[in-house]
Amino acid sequence: MEPLSHAFKERSIWALQDETLQVALNRAKDGFAVKRATAVDRLPEFEALRDRAVAIKDHTLENLDHYLERYADAVERSGGKVHWASSAEDARRIVVDICRASGARMITKGKSMVGEEVGVNGALEEAGFEVVETDLGEYIIQLAHEPPSHIIVPAVHKTRGQIAELFHQNHEKYGLTRKLAEVPEMVNEARQVLRGKYLAADVGITGANFLIAESGTSVIVTNEGNGDLTCSLPKVHIVTAGIEKVVPTVEDASTLLRLLGRSATGQDMTTYTTFTTGPKRPGDTDGPEEYHVVLIDNGRTTMLGDQFREMLRCIRCGACMNHCPVYGAIGGHAYGWVYPGPMGSVLTPLAVGLKEAGNLPNACTLNGHCAEVCPVRIPLPDLLRTLRHREYQLRLGLKPMRWGLAAWVWFTTHPRIYRLGTRVQARMLALLAGRKGRFRRMPLAGSWFRGGRDLPAPQGETFMAVWQRRQRGQG
Amino acid sequence: MNAPGAASGGADAGTRPRVGLFVTCLANIYRPNVGLAAVTLLEQAGCHVEVPMTQTCCGQPSYNNGDLDGAAKTARQTIEAFEDFDYVVAPSGSCGGMLRDFPRLFASEPGWQQRARAMTDKTYELISFLTDVRDVTSVDAAYPHRVTYHDSCHGLRALGIKEQPRRLLATVRGLELAELADSEICCGFGGTFCVKYPEISGRMVADKAAAINATEAGVLLGGDLGCLLNIAGRLGREGGRVRVYHVAEVLAGMADVPGLGDPRRPKGGA
Repeated sequence: MEPLSHAFKERSIWALQDETLQVALNRAKDGFAVKRATAVDRLPEFEALRDRAVAIKDHTLENLDHYLERYADAVERSGGKVHWASSAEDARRIVVDICRASGARMITKGKSMVGEEVGVNGALEEAGFEVVETDLGEYIIQLAHEPPSHIIVPAVHKTRGQIAELFHQNHEKYGLTRKLAEVPEMVNEARQVLRGKYLAADVGITGANFLIAESGTSVIVTNEGNGDLTCSLPKVHIVTAGIEKVVPTVEDASTLLRLLGRSATGQDMTTYTTFTTGPKRPGDTDGPEEYHVVLIDNGRTTMLGDQFREMLRCIRCGACMNHCPVYGAIGGHAYGWVYPGPMGSVLTPLAVGLKEAGNLPNACTLNGHCAEVCPVRIPLPDLLRTLRHREYQLRLGLKPMRWGLAAWVWFTTHPRIYRLGTRVQARMLALLAGRKGRFRRMPLAGSWFRGGRDLPAPQGETFMAVWQRRQRGQG
Repeated sequence: MNAPGAASGGADAGTRPRVGLFVTCLANIYRPNVGLAAVTLLEQAGCHVEVPMTQTCCGQPSYNNGDLDGAAKTARQTIEAFEDFDYVVAPSGSCGGMLRDFPRLFASEPGWQQRARAMTDKTYELISFLTDVRDVTSVDAAYPHRVTYHDSCHGLRALGIKEQPRRLLATVRGLELAELADSEICCGFGGTFCVKYPEISGRMVADKAAAINATEAGVLLGGDLGCLLNIAGRLGREGGRVRVYHVAEVLAGMADVPGLGDPRRPKGGA
């Protein structure tokens, strides 16, 4: 997907002004945070689980080459085929080639964020395949021709009315002409449409929440069961996964699963947890004839070697964005690429460059809520600050900000001038504000007031001045 | 105030810990009353308070905007001014948290890193210093108002300040605390964030103001002037009647001046 992150400021303002979006965001706002808190409170060992998860992930990342090879060997042993994609382009080409070789026409897809990252859908459609997303949220945004706005609830930005309208426009061709109003009716109608697609599909593509090295198994979690149908009904099953998804053992995967559902949706477990290992064996009643895994790097090994390695612990639960007040105000589309919120503000600049996405690490108050809830304890605010440092070193930020910072540093290292300057500033502002005690506007400070707020005036004297006088009085 | 050495008066400076007050640039410029309240509380807690005149800023503007060298320059200034005290105390969780981060700025300068670490080990935010280090359990103040409290993010998450101010507020005569819904959600200040992304910041502080109004409290308290300026600015713009004070002003019995952004009183006033 072509990044639009350079336009973050404009897009965030549109988002704030989009009343329908604000309705959808407000409705979603507290739901996930409250559900997560309830689920975590019910599990006394949650903090210990987080520590174990960090240890598992760190160990795996430290030995990533080893576990990837073990995983690949196990996949091949079970009759599957592993493909290595170093870039997004490689990944697209590999997926298209597999689909072509199998003579496919129709392809069903389970939700895959790495699929969004590398742009699988676009490549397949360009190659002439019909691609149908089967996750309800993904299906909705596919009909709307929009990218996901959240990594686990891709259509969270849509209201019920908008979805009813989309179904009405797009389901007519299936003879479904009634305009629906209730959620269960809409779910049933989507199910009815998708059922036909599952049966007709030649290839099913899913992502992976975890890849288990010891057995060559891929694990996906869903709440709709669409993942099972996507990976077991078509002749060919393709798993697309980032290389950081591998974990050593099934035991490790289950530790992480206990954190994933609770952190994401507040569920102890998602409704479905699907383990797939290789193609159908002789005697199996169902399953695909071909089983492919596309292991995607796309910048991950670079992260492995620099200050951003901790980001590779991410299990894509979405807790950081569910607790981010900036995400809560503007939604996911403003971020302009595939991954929104705090984790996206780290990943996007690393993937598409700081020149394109420099706003993302800056559009954060460093309040730390994301790190507090991250199941694998990724220090997101620190990583965002590191990106700001990188931006500063590359001289990519705004020049006036740079000059302002340089002036401030000079000021703070000259205490006599600092004391005098702050004394003048406090006095002047207090005089200018007069009796009102606050400003409604001020030249050169327009940005503060664009936030819809007044500026309280200082009391008039600096503390240092008061203190010096008091000391003299005492002495 | 119920604390060791509280009633000892000023004679035994030798046995009292020497506390360097890091007043913070916002309190220095905007709200000297917060600095005075901090001094009062610290003296009541049996501390000998000094205010180094060479102190300036904690360096957060540079640190959070990627200028780590600039932040290190400002930090050296602070370390030199404060490293000889028994304790360094700031009436702010944000600046206190920044001081605690100093060692990170000197990864390639072991000498300075050691000095930074030695200083940060004895650096505290004011209220948690009173309760956790000086074992203060009550204050001698009256404030007959219904108040609500905003947990500033840096104090809350970097320094674990949550119960400490509530414990002391519970001992203020006449004070009724109405808990704020979403008190742990950021107000949208975020240092330079609030001027870099004013529209987003404005939405966040409008949400905060709505939650404050819903408590029907007449006063909002908090431990960080950055957040409080932002919130007071929003409440003022809405024309509301909620007044805003730093929690230290109330605990020290010094909230008898106009609140942040309130009209100045005709005569006198600070």
